[in-house]
Amino acid sequence: MSATILAWSIGLAQLLLIAAMACCLYRLVLGPRAQDRVLALDALYICAMLLLLTIGMLSGGTLYFEAALVIALLGFVSTAALAKFLMRGEVIE
Amino acid sequence: MNAAADLPLWAAILVSFFVVFGAALTLLGTIGLVRMRTFYARVHAPTLGTTLGTGGVLAASMILSSMLQSRLVLHEIMIAVFVTVTTPVTLMLLGRAALYRDRIEKQEGIPPFENDP
Repeated sequence: MSATILAWSIGLAQLLLIAAMACCLYRLVLGPRAQDRVLALDALYICAMLLLLTIGMLSGGTLYFEAALVIALLGFVSTAALAKFLMRGEVIE
Repeated sequence: MNAAADLPLWAAILVSFFVVFGAALTLLGTIGLVRMRTFYARVHAPTLGTTLGTGGVLAASMILSSMLQSRLVLHEIMIAVFVTVTTPVTLMLLGRAALYRDRIEKQEGIPPFENDP
Protein backbone atom coordinates (compact mmCIF):
# COMPACT_ATOMS: atom_id res chain seq x y z
CA MET A 1 0.00 0.00 0.00
CA SER A 2 2.60 2.55 1.07
CA ALA A 3 4.94 1.45 -1.74
CA THR A 4 2.14 2.14 -4.25
CA ILE A 5 1.44 5.59 -2.76
CA LEU A 6 5.14 6.45 -2.86
CA ALA A 7 5.61 5.26 -6.44
CA TRP A 8 2.62 7.27 -7.70
CA SER A 9 3.43 10.48 -5.83
CA ILE A 10 7.13 10.46 -6.76
CA GLY A 11 6.14 9.80 -10.37
CA LEU A 12 3.75 12.77 -10.25
CA ALA A 13 6.50 14.94 -8.77
CA GLN A 14 8.84 13.87 -11.58
CA LEU A 15 6.23 14.84 -14.18
CA LEU A 16 5.81 18.27 -12.52
CA LEU A 17 9.58 18.78 -12.47
CA ILE A 18 9.88 17.81 -16.14
CA ALA A 19 7.16 20.39 -16.96
CA ALA A 20 9.17 22.95 -14.97
CA MET A 21 12.27 22.07 -16.99
CA ALA A 22 10.25 22.53 -20.20
CA CYS A 23 9.24 26.04 -19.04
CA CYS A 24 12.91 26.86 -18.36
CA LEU A 25 13.87 25.49 -21.77
CA TYR A 26 11.26 27.72 -23.45
CA ARG A 27 12.76 30.79 -21.81
CA LEU A 28 16.29 29.55 -22.55
CA VAL A 29 15.58 29.24 -26.28
CA LEU A 30 13.26 32.22 -26.80
CA GLY A 31 14.60 34.61 -24.13
CA PRO A 32 14.83 38.05 -25.71
CA ARG A 33 18.17 38.94 -24.14
CA ALA A 34 21.22 37.23 -22.70
CA GLN A 35 20.30 37.82 -19.05
CA ASP A 36 16.97 36.00 -19.56
CA ARG A 37 18.87 33.00 -20.86
CA VAL A 38 21.26 32.99 -17.89
CA LEU A 39 18.30 33.20 -15.49
CA ALA A 40 16.58 30.30 -17.25
CA LEU A 41 19.78 28.23 -17.08
CA ASP A 42 19.98 28.91 -13.34
CA ALA A 43 16.40 27.67 -12.81
CA LEU A 44 17.07 24.70 -15.13
CA TYR A 45 19.92 23.30 -13.07
CA ILE A 46 17.87 23.61 -9.87
CA CYS A 47 15.07 21.59 -11.53
CA ALA A 48 17.57 18.98 -12.76
CA MET A 49 18.97 18.67 -9.23
CA LEU A 50 15.48 18.09 -7.79
CA LEU A 51 14.76 15.50 -10.51
CA LEU A 52 17.96 13.63 -9.57
CA LEU A 53 16.85 13.67 -5.93
CA THR A 54 13.46 12.14 -6.78
CA ILE A 55 15.16 9.43 -8.89
CA GLY A 56 17.36 8.73 -5.89
CA MET A 57 14.27 8.45 -3.66
CA LEU A 58 12.84 5.85 -6.04
CA SER A 59 16.03 3.78 -6.32
CA GLY A 60 17.17 4.14 -2.72
CA GLY A 61 20.90 4.59 -3.26
CA THR A 62 23.11 7.48 -2.16
CA LEU A 63 24.82 7.94 -5.54
CA TYR A 64 22.09 10.26 -6.86
CA PHE A 65 22.34 12.38 -3.73
CA GLU A 66 26.05 12.97 -4.33
CA ALA A 67 25.41 13.95 -7.95
CA ALA A 68 22.76 16.44 -6.75
CA LEU A 69 25.24 17.89 -4.26
CA VAL A 70 27.83 18.45 -6.99
CA ILE A 71 25.21 20.13 -9.22
CA ALA A 72 24.13 22.42 -6.36
CA LEU A 73 27.74 23.47 -5.78
CA LEU A 74 28.93 23.96 -9.35
CA GLY A 75 25.73 25.47 -10.77
CA PHE A 76 26.17 28.54 -8.62
CA VAL A 77 29.74 28.97 -9.85
CA SER A 78 28.60 28.81 -13.48
CA THR A 79 25.84 31.38 -12.92
CA ALA A 80 28.22 33.74 -11.12
CA ALA A 81 30.75 33.44 -13.96
CA LEU A 82 28.06 34.09 -16.59
CA ALA A 83 26.75 37.15 -14.71
CA LYS A 84 30.30 38.47 -14.48
CA PHE A 85 30.71 37.88 -18.22
CA LEU A 86 27.48 39.79 -18.99
CA MET A 87 28.68 42.74 -16.96
CA ARG A 88 32.30 43.07 -18.07
CA GLY A 89 32.66 41.02 -21.24
CA GLU A 90 35.31 38.78 -19.68
CA VAL A 91 35.34 36.46 -16.68
CA ILE A 92 38.86 36.92 -15.30
CA GLU A 93 40.32 40.41 -15.65
CA MET B 1 11.39 0.38 -3.84
CA ASN B 2 11.97 -3.08 -2.33
CA ALA B 3 12.24 -1.93 1.31
CA ALA B 4 9.44 0.64 1.03
CA ALA B 5 6.70 -1.99 1.33
CA ASP B 6 6.99 -2.19 5.13
CA LEU B 7 6.98 1.59 5.56
CA PRO B 8 4.16 2.85 7.82
CA LEU B 9 1.29 4.49 5.99
CA TRP B 10 1.55 7.90 7.69
CA ALA B 11 5.21 8.20 6.63
CA ALA B 12 4.34 7.36 3.04
CA ILE B 13 1.56 9.98 3.01
CA LEU B 14 3.87 12.59 4.59
CA VAL B 15 6.64 11.91 2.04
CA SER B 16 4.13 12.06 -0.85
CA PHE B 17 2.74 15.38 0.38
CA PHE B 18 6.16 16.98 0.70
CA VAL B 19 7.50 15.75 -2.65
CA VAL B 20 4.41 16.81 -4.62
CA PHE B 21 4.30 20.16 -2.76
CA GLY B 22 7.93 20.92 -3.59
CA ALA B 23 7.64 19.90 -7.22
CA ALA B 24 4.41 21.91 -7.68
CA LEU B 25 6.01 25.03 -6.19
CA THR B 26 9.01 24.65 -8.50
CA LEU B 27 6.66 24.37 -11.48
CA LEU B 28 4.80 27.50 -10.29
CA GLY B 29 8.06 29.45 -10.14
CA THR B 30 9.09 28.44 -13.66
CA ILE B 31 5.61 29.27 -15.00
CA GLY B 32 6.26 32.73 -13.59
CA LEU B 33 9.53 32.69 -15.53
CA VAL B 34 7.53 32.18 -18.74
CA ARG B 35 4.59 34.50 -18.04
CA MET B 36 6.22 37.66 -16.61
CA ARG B 37 6.74 40.56 -19.00
CA THR B 38 10.04 42.25 -18.12
CA PHE B 39 13.34 40.83 -16.93
CA TYR B 40 13.15 42.63 -13.59
CA ALA B 41 9.79 40.99 -12.84
CA ARG B 42 11.05 37.65 -14.13
CA VAL B 43 14.16 37.51 -11.95
CA HIS B 44 12.08 36.98 -8.80
CA ALA B 45 9.96 34.06 -10.00
CA PRO B 46 12.40 31.08 -9.80
CA THR B 47 13.35 32.06 -6.24
CA LEU B 48 10.09 30.43 -5.11
CA GLY B 49 11.20 27.14 -6.60
CA THR B 50 14.75 27.35 -5.37
CA THR B 51 13.85 27.96 -1.73
CA LEU B 52 10.47 26.49 -0.80
CA GLY B 53 10.31 23.90 -3.59
CA THR B 54 13.80 22.61 -2.89
CA GLY B 55 12.94 22.60 0.83
CA GLY B 56 9.88 20.43 0.18
CA VAL B 57 11.68 17.84 -1.92
CA LEU B 58 14.62 17.75 0.51
CA ALA B 59 12.29 17.29 3.49
CA ALA B 60 10.60 14.38 1.70
CA SER B 61 13.97 12.80 0.93
CA MET B 62 15.13 13.24 4.54
CA ILE B 63 11.95 11.64 5.96
CA LEU B 64 12.11 8.74 3.50
CA SER B 65 15.76 7.87 4.08
CA SER B 66 15.39 8.29 7.86
CA MET B 67 12.42 5.92 7.90
CA LEU B 68 14.09 3.36 5.63
CA GLN B 69 17.39 3.23 7.52
CA SER B 70 15.68 3.59 10.96
CA ARG B 71 18.07 6.34 12.05
CA LEU B 72 18.27 10.07 11.46
CA VAL B 73 19.75 10.83 8.00
CA LEU B 74 20.24 14.55 7.59
CA HIS B 75 22.86 15.02 4.87
CA GLU B 76 20.29 16.68 2.59
CA ILE B 77 20.71 19.74 4.82
CA MET B 78 23.99 20.40 2.97
CA ILE B 79 22.12 20.90 -0.33
CA ALA B 80 19.54 23.10 1.43
CA VAL B 81 22.27 25.33 2.90
CA PHE B 82 24.11 25.66 -0.43
CA VAL B 83 20.97 26.52 -2.41
CA THR B 84 19.60 28.94 0.19
CA VAL B 85 22.91 30.77 0.55
CA THR B 86 23.62 31.04 -3.17
CA THR B 87 20.14 32.08 -4.39
CA PRO B 88 20.25 35.74 -3.20
CA VAL B 89 23.81 36.10 -4.48
CA THR B 90 22.71 34.87 -7.91
CA LEU B 91 19.74 37.26 -7.94
CA MET B 92 21.89 40.23 -6.97
CA LEU B 93 24.64 39.45 -9.51
CA LEU B 94 22.17 38.95 -12.39
CA GLY B 95 20.20 42.07 -11.44
CA ARG B 96 23.34 44.21 -11.33
CA ALA B 97 24.54 42.83 -14.68
CA ALA B 98 21.16 43.46 -16.35
CA LEU B 99 20.97 46.98 -14.90
CA TYR B 100 24.48 47.73 -16.15
CA ARG B 101 23.65 46.51 -19.66
CA ASP B 102 20.37 48.45 -19.76
CA ARG B 103 22.12 51.63 -18.62
CA ILE B 104 24.78 51.26 -21.31
CA GLU B 105 22.08 50.86 -23.97
CA LYS B 106 19.98 53.73 -22.47
CA GLN B 107 16.71 51.73 -22.27
CA GLU B 108 13.40 53.39 -21.30
CA GLY B 109 12.56 53.60 -17.60
CA ILE B 110 16.02 52.71 -16.29
CA PRO B 111 17.62 55.15 -13.83
CA PRO B 112 20.93 56.57 -15.11
CA PHE B 113 24.37 56.11 -13.58
CA GLU B 114 24.73 57.88 -10.25
CA ASN B 115 27.65 60.06 -11.29
CA ASP B 116 26.01 61.14 -14.56
CA PRO B 117 25.02 64.81 -14.84
